[in-house]
Amino acid sequence: MHPMLNVAEIRKDFPILGRQVHGQPLVYLDNAATSQTPQQVIDVIVDYYSRYNANIHRGVHSLSQEATDAYEKARITIQKHFNIQHSHEVIMTSGTTHGINMVASGFTSFLNPGDEIWVSAMEHHSNIVPWQMLCERTGAELRVIPMNTTGELVLQPFYEELSERTQLVFCNHISNALGTINPIEEIIEAAHEVGAAVLIDGAQAAPHIKADLQALDVDFYTISAHKICGPTGVGALYGKTEWLEKLPPYQGGGEMIAEVSFEKTTYAGLPHKFEAGTPNICGGIAFGAALDYLNAIGMDRIAAYETELLQYATSELLKINGLRIYGEGTNKTSVISFNLEGIHPYDVGTLLDQMGIAVRTGHHCAQPIMDFYQIPGTVRASFAFYNTLSEVDRLVEGVKKAAQMLS
Amino acid sequence: MQIEAIQEEIVDEFSMFDDWMQRYEYMIELGKSLPKISDEFKTDDHLIKGCQSKVWVHADMEDGKVVFTADSDAIITKGIIGILIRAFSNQKPADILSAKTDFIDEIGLKEHLSPTRANGLVSMIKQLKLYALAYQAKIES
Repeated sequence: MHPMLNVAEIRKDFPILGRQVHGQPLVYLDNAATSQTPQQVIDVIVDYYSRYNANIHRGVHSLSQEATDAYEKARITIQKHFNIQHSHEVIMTSGTTHGINMVASGFTSFLNPGDEIWVSAMEHHSNIVPWQMLCERTGAELRVIPMNTTGELVLQPFYEELSERTQLVFCNHISNALGTINPIEEIIEAAHEVGAAVLIDGAQAAPHIKADLQALDVDFYTISAHKICGPTGVGALYGKTEWLEKLPPYQGGGEMIAEVSFEKTTYAGLPHKFEAGTPNICGGIAFGAALDYLNAIGMDRIAAYETELLQYATSELLKINGLRIYGEGTNKTSVISFNLEGIHPYDVGTLLDQMGIAVRTGHHCAQPIMDFYQIPGTVRASFAFYNTLSEVDRLVEGVKKAAQMLS
Repeated sequence: MQIEAIQEEIVDEFSMFDDWMQRYEYMIELGKSLPKISDEFKTDDHLIKGCQSKVWVHADMEDGKVVFTADSDAIITKGIIGILIRAFSNQKPADILSAKTDFIDEIGLKEHLSPTRANGLVSMIKQLKLYALAYQAKIES
């Protein structure tokens, strides 16, 4: 048994980890794309549809009440997990991208030509494109916080050029392509000094770090459930009450209204103003169950164990001739983006798949980072707390075999 | 040689392999013997969309037959386009257009056939057939 975590026991919670791929035991190292789901969460999903599937917030009948209670309980679980002051500051979304678009859309009426929006150089496309669209709508200018070759943000130019024209700053907490943990505390503080709002994309951070959103004093923070052992298609947007009250609703529809007539509609209060239509009820409940599952293990223990996996994998991979890791910052999570010299990442990923090892290849929806390094993409192995040191060994052996076949 | 006969030949070659490693090693070999596209055609116009790696294809007409050349920045992709070119190059446009592509399944590359697969095998076949269609239209006009 591992001193920090009983990984053998934990693995029993994940039925998918027992399957084979191409006749070999699956080694799942694409956790930064989506994490696997424990039986405890699967049970909650099955239980919902087996026992109390109903529409929420409006029904007088018992099933609707039970579903509403479970859904609202999940909201409270999310609130507590991220140390959010009020539960109405938790907006249930379809995922991180939805949350970002909600804020980007809401800011349309607040921005003017000449205003500035800053994004970091290591953003996911979902945190670049909505802001570009916002700039097109409003005439605001998109500025970029640069990065260096070790894969860390360079904050000096940002500090120097921040001004009262800066309205919004966006940055991911952790880069999905490199694993770098960004200095968001400093970014938030600097942005607030000039009165700008800050949105942090927490999609990659949530599996590794239990962010204290009150301590961070961040204005918006978005997450996806499927990165933290929950289902796909559900997530949450945190927003400070003052901002959520100011922002116009994102979509019109049922659930988000107080009163409707053909002359005028008044909107519902928070959080319902941003939750038009029937939500992903089962997904939301399972999202809460996923957080309960992680908290029962303990986020600190998860982080410590993943650091060990990262350190071991990094040192073993670097022993391979011609292997380069992208993202060598000192502060990073269990994501290793790498290439073999002269070999296309797609070739490596294809051969690893034949060996039952699931990694991601390509630009990881972060083309600006690939352009910065002048590479077509990378192979990305991302580890979760249910991965083992022997799986790292299989990855390393697999990469060696691929290198041999491809060179 | 007819397209069908070439395809059978390829299927025969692949049937000799017992495991995936031999299959992929052979594909890598095939990639190395791919009729290379000349550098002047390695432009965005010749890129096939929908591939995670870059694939350039060019077609010429010689004595009523379409001659394909190609290249890729990934070795396995080179092998895949190499197999396709071996089956479809030096053939009449009408024959290319009517040719089946079932042999891909038979050589164990079926997994690459899904339209969402990052290597874009489907896009490659479509592109070769589009070239044939263009030359067929030229012949008929």
